[in-house]
Amino acid sequence: MLQFLVRRLIVAILVAATVMTLAFILTRLSGDLAISIAGPNATQADVETVRKAYGLDRPLTVQFFDWVGRAATGDLGESYFFKTKVSKLIGERMPITVTLGLTGLVIALLVSLPLGILAAVRENTALDRVVQMVALLGQAMPSFWLGLILMITFGLQLGWLPISGTGSWQHYVMPGIVLAFSAIPALTRLTRAGMIQAMGSDYIRTARAKGLSRASILLKHALRNAAIPVVAIAAVQLGFMLGGSIVIEQVFALHGVGFLAWESIGKNDFPVVQAVVLVLAVIYVALTMVADLMNAVLDPRLRGP
Amino acid sequence: MSALLEVDHLEVNFGGRVSAVRGASVTVERGETHCLVGESGCGKSVTALAVMNLLARGARRSAKRLAFEGQDLTGLSDSGMAHLRGNAMAMIFQEPMTSLNPAYTVGSQMTEVLRRHKKTTQRAATDRAADLLARVGITAPGLRLGQFPHQLSGGLRQRVMIAMALMCDPKLLIADEPTTALDVTVQAQILRLLAGLQRDLGLGMLLITHDLGIVARVAHRVSVMYAGEVVESAPTAELFANPKHPYTKGLLRCVPVPGKIRRDEPLGSIPGTVPRIGPGFEGCAFRERCDFADATCAHTVPRHAAGVAHDFLCRLPA
Repeated sequence: MLQFLVRRLIVAILVAATVMTLAFILTRLSGDLAISIAGPNATQADVETVRKAYGLDRPLTVQFFDWVGRAATGDLGESYFFKTKVSKLIGERMPITVTLGLTGLVIALLVSLPLGILAAVRENTALDRVVQMVALLGQAMPSFWLGLILMITFGLQLGWLPISGTGSWQHYVMPGIVLAFSAIPALTRLTRAGMIQAMGSDYIRTARAKGLSRASILLKHALRNAAIPVVAIAAVQLGFMLGGSIVIEQVFALHGVGFLAWESIGKNDFPVVQAVVLVLAVIYVALTMVADLMNAVLDPRLRGP
Repeated sequence: MSALLEVDHLEVNFGGRVSAVRGASVTVERGETHCLVGESGCGKSVTALAVMNLLARGARRSAKRLAFEGQDLTGLSDSGMAHLRGNAMAMIFQEPMTSLNPAYTVGSQMTEVLRRHKKTTQRAATDRAADLLARVGITAPGLRLGQFPHQLSGGLRQRVMIAMALMCDPKLLIADEPTTALDVTVQAQILRLLAGLQRDLGLGMLLITHDLGIVARVAHRVSVMYAGEVVESAPTAELFANPKHPYTKGLLRCVPVPGKIRRDEPLGSIPGTVPRIGPGFEGCAFRERCDFADATCAHTVPRHAAGVAHDFLCRLPA
């Protein structure tokens, strides 16, 4: 178990390092940063001043290791635009993104677990096919489009929910639903497949031979085993949601980390862009580790003899 | 007093195409071990699952009479049947490696069956589970209760299955090839254990096997199944001494008996395999493989009595 954790940790560090390198290279590829920072009316001399002031005249490798060295100690640099610490910027906005991601995950699980179980129990019936169809539809629907449709329907026409901002819990309902839709298809199908496999297994026959109630057979004996892959994927999906909320934060004007990334890309505020990419990557890697740990908790066979 | 288990003319078919059991009749008396023998695919396991109402979806079951302690099982609701299963009638299976839930401890799986059927505390249920684990020959039962199935060997898992089946003091134990998947040495241990428990607890046992060696050692009564029918049924000694059906005779010839068989004498075998039989089949299902078959075997075959409690299904006279 410990060996397993250490191995996972090494992989996690390698992934983080790769992401840092890519983030650094990609921001540099987007043109001469000194020119965009100096602005459209700057003279050649201004640009050179900016280049020196931000240390952009140094060789790329020096700049890279400087950044990596600082990031490793928690110093993510300062935003060119906001003139504040990047870590503070991200820290302020993270709660919004995390709230949104968790809302999306909870909605996704509340929808896909019952749907998956229902589809499995009624395998190959009309109900099963309807569920699968809905899952397919959810997969095919672009999230910004669904977001706009919800805004028009529930926000503008019915007036039930606010369409932008972060003032109250109601603000998170629509974006949460849109975010959930990206995870519902995979989670529903995984639950269905897991339940079908579990229900056909020998230990379920044993459970029936013991005369257990239908609820106990389904929810205690089958779901417990079917849930193992679902939990792992749900943790990974939460990572996707936190990173993928860029579009949705934009649509619903939620000023979270995704919104920050969007703004910073537009303004060539590359310390922020690099940092957001890094932070999201670290969260994502951490979540996959959490998924592995939860697997070990749920599946005693992974805990070793 | 009615028999413990009465099965009369049981029919099971899958999707109306394959007839797995065709009019099989089996009676298990209280405290009796009744062995159901036959080769793979003859309907032994399906018969057992049909009695427990554990058939897969798509299987259809009907019977002239299917009764446990005189109570009709065919008209029983799902919950009524669930109340009997694991309680008065218990079952163990051929696959000890996969029959326990990998996610729960031995103790949790054993106690839940008692708590489902009897009014008891978790404490008392755990004590009973530990007692039964010791009773089936498991050392350190306290330790085993806290372990997961993957931490146990196949033999131990089958012992756990047996102990779990005994939790509610069943009157009938159905054992579907309980030793087939185990090592030879473990097979003998499990078999001795089952025979001992049957005797000590006065269990009625329906033991399904294809191993005639097992039958000779533990059965009071034997029913030979072929292609979904019971072709011969007799007390064990009578069947081995005086087999009537050509299929039974063939089966017995397939088993070497030390001292009774010469070293150079070839071991018998029955050519061919069990045919797949659909609805509307007539006559004797064994006729294709039988040395004594003639034209009359294609029609309905009579059931003869060949002495006390011995009957068989064949055109040949007793």
